[in-house]
Amino acid sequence: MNFDSYNPENFYDEFFEKPGQPRAEVKKLIDRINSFPKEELTNRQKAAEAAFMQMGITFGVYEDQKGLEKIFPFDIIPRIINARDWDMIDRGVKQRVFALNQFIDDVYNDQKIIKDGVISKEIIFSSVAYRKECQGLKPPKGIWCHISGIDFVRDDEGQFFVLEDNLRCPSGVSYVLGNRRVMKHTLPVVFESLPIRPVDDYSHRLADTLRNLIPDSILKPNIAILTPGIHNSAYFEHSFLAQQIGEELVEGQDLVVMDDFVYMRTTKGFERVDAIYRRIDDDFLDPTVFNPDSLLGVPGIMKSYRAGKVALANAPGTGIADDKAIYSFVPDIIKYYTGEDAIIPNVPTFLCEDAKHRQHVIDNIENFVVKLTHGSGGYGMLIGPFSTKEQQRQMIENIKKEPRNYIAQPVIQLSRVPVIVKDNFEGRHIDLRPYVLYGEDIYVLPGGLTRVALEKDSLVVNSSQGGGSKDTWVLADEPN
Amino acid sequence: MSRYLERAENAARLIETQLHMLLDLPSLRENPNAWKPLVDITGDGDYFSEKLGKPTMENVMFFHTFSNDYPHSIKSCLTAARENARSVREVIPSEIWETINKLYLEVSGKGTSSKAFKNPHKFYSDIKMASHLIIGIAYTTLSRGEAWHFAQLGRYLERADKTSRILDVKYFIILPRLDDVGTSMDNVQWSALLKSTSSFEMYRKKFNLISPKNIVDFLIFDREFPRSIIYCVNHSEQSLFRITGTPTGAFNNELERQFGKLSGKLNYSNVDEVMSIGLHEFLDGIQSDLNNLDKAIFENFFEVKPLTDNRSSGFQNQ
Repeated sequence: MNFDSYNPENFYDEFFEKPGQPRAEVKKLIDRINSFPKEELTNRQKAAEAAFMQMGITFGVYEDQKGLEKIFPFDIIPRIINARDWDMIDRGVKQRVFALNQFIDDVYNDQKIIKDGVISKEIIFSSVAYRKECQGLKPPKGIWCHISGIDFVRDDEGQFFVLEDNLRCPSGVSYVLGNRRVMKHTLPVVFESLPIRPVDDYSHRLADTLRNLIPDSILKPNIAILTPGIHNSAYFEHSFLAQQIGEELVEGQDLVVMDDFVYMRTTKGFERVDAIYRRIDDDFLDPTVFNPDSLLGVPGIMKSYRAGKVALANAPGTGIADDKAIYSFVPDIIKYYTGEDAIIPNVPTFLCEDAKHRQHVIDNIENFVVKLTHGSGGYGMLIGPFSTKEQQRQMIENIKKEPRNYIAQPVIQLSRVPVIVKDNFEGRHIDLRPYVLYGEDIYVLPGGLTRVALEKDSLVVNSSQGGGSKDTWVLADEPN
Repeated sequence: MSRYLERAENAARLIETQLHMLLDLPSLRENPNAWKPLVDITGDGDYFSEKLGKPTMENVMFFHTFSNDYPHSIKSCLTAARENARSVREVIPSEIWETINKLYLEVSGKGTSSKAFKNPHKFYSDIKMASHLIIGIAYTTLSRGEAWHFAQLGRYLERADKTSRILDVKYFIILPRLDDVGTSMDNVQWSALLKSTSSFEMYRKKFNLISPKNIVDFLIFDREFPRSIIYCVNHSEQSLFRITGTPTGAFNNELERQFGKLSGKLNYSNVDEVMSIGLHEFLDGIQSDLNNLDKAIFENFFEVKPLTDNRSSGFQNQ
């Protein structure tokens, strides 16, 4: 199996400039793979899949009666990012997350950005992710979004764009760490031929980020990760992270609030909890403040948080900054808070709220990707060129009914990488989600999750829609 | 027998961790001395450079794994463990003998070395798992009589020695200068130190953050972690007193007296004291105490019937 017959077609291919001409940073990788004996790669692919199964890096499939657990599809051909591109991504992400954090703090406090007329108050207060309950909150050290993930895509020219900001509970980092562990065992020879930046540091950084939320006067703090429970599709990640940072994994029912402090039940009675990395949405966090029907949350936890007795990561209310209507203002937000231009551009975005934009979207719906402003995971999305007339008609109706809930973006021909399909390589579309930690400073995990749309020609990479993943290799320096 | 198995398991873990760590540290990969610590840990550096020369990956892996001449290589250890098991076959459960024999045959078989170099992760992890399997079989099927306690004694002494050597050698490599104590540190390398003693996850449960002092504290003084020096010494001491029947807190012979001394030194010290004495000096002392215990055990129990032993061969008695 080799790359001789691989055809990059008319897309930006991450591996080949044109047929038979690999990019400088992947040349070594391609030479190594081409030198493998026949069958070798397929065998290693199988071994990698077996390793995921054995490590239990799986997700539950509720409908499927036969196999209750499946692995997240994985392709052993890595995605490679050269040092120059990574440097830009790294700077772009830091700039963006810094500005978004300033924005959230401003929205819930002084609202200068509204007073200065950069964003209208209507667009902010009409967001379903806006939490009036958070007005006036002052989180420790002014940090709201401690843990985030920024989604990148690359168009047919190779230009990087930010597609989405995930500032609530982005998941997937455990797959980055798991993918790397498996790849080190699967292709060690290839691995050691390139200067690949390590990802193992993430758990240390996460521990530091959470510790940073707790006053130094607490000598032996307790930190907990709050999970919705074992049936949540990301439960593996919750337990994995708890193990890696050596902290407790708890469910809502394990926590109680007394005298404004949060305690967890242990075999030796109650123990105080100083910081919580919560993996449940704002809505479910505290039934006395948000959704009263929530059984997952902890009654009274917001009161404790307001009183400064417990720290939460991320802070409640951060969802405002990943509303997709707000997203279209992020370049302005960056300019407003940093005085700089955005290092990495947004994808052009049309707000259906705006009458002119809306008409343009409706008139050209077959050329647009239409998304819910508060959606994630690829749900409720319409991809114009791949949709039926009926789907388009339905979407137009939805847009007219609730314009604030929809945005539209031109279809981007995402860049492609080769994946193993039976006994051959074929190009598939990908995106990239680097993970970001905001503690004493902002740290961007070198690499992140590369998601692949495994179906031919598909542009949807979400795992809930049949996407898979690849290990992402960020090179430490330029190849010679 | 248990001692040789423990030694083979530790060597396998050491190499596996090293391979894993180097994949994450491209700059260290090109360093010609990247594998040297694995030689230094054995204390047999002179022998190594005389027989094999430079500490390249291939040489160090061969040395630790397949060398027939070097008595502490995995292959030599498994040969010795198998010989020992054969000589006590009538008193141990047959599953133990069979598992040791199987492991020995696998490692000493033809073509094994190319398999090991081709897929080292699987090779070394299989050795580790086989050793765990043997311990598990013994745990569930062996009567808690003399055989059990001798096995415990050997295993824990070996483990205490390895933990102290790994800590001694790696600690000072990761800390480039003494002024750096507690300042800059490289998480990947500190994690590798913990992983080479299988303690990363348990350490994390106890201490939130990676710090050199906490790592020293954990690997020497943690009373619950079964690879810390104090745990190993306390448990080997318990087994010794079960064998001799002497009540704890007393001694009837030189061996018991020396054990009491070492365990007193560990049980009534702490990490601050160790750091003020100097970690290296402290660990050096522990290692020579452990060596003396080996001699005393030999004199006390085996001198009547000397076993083939490598003590006379001039190697570090590790």
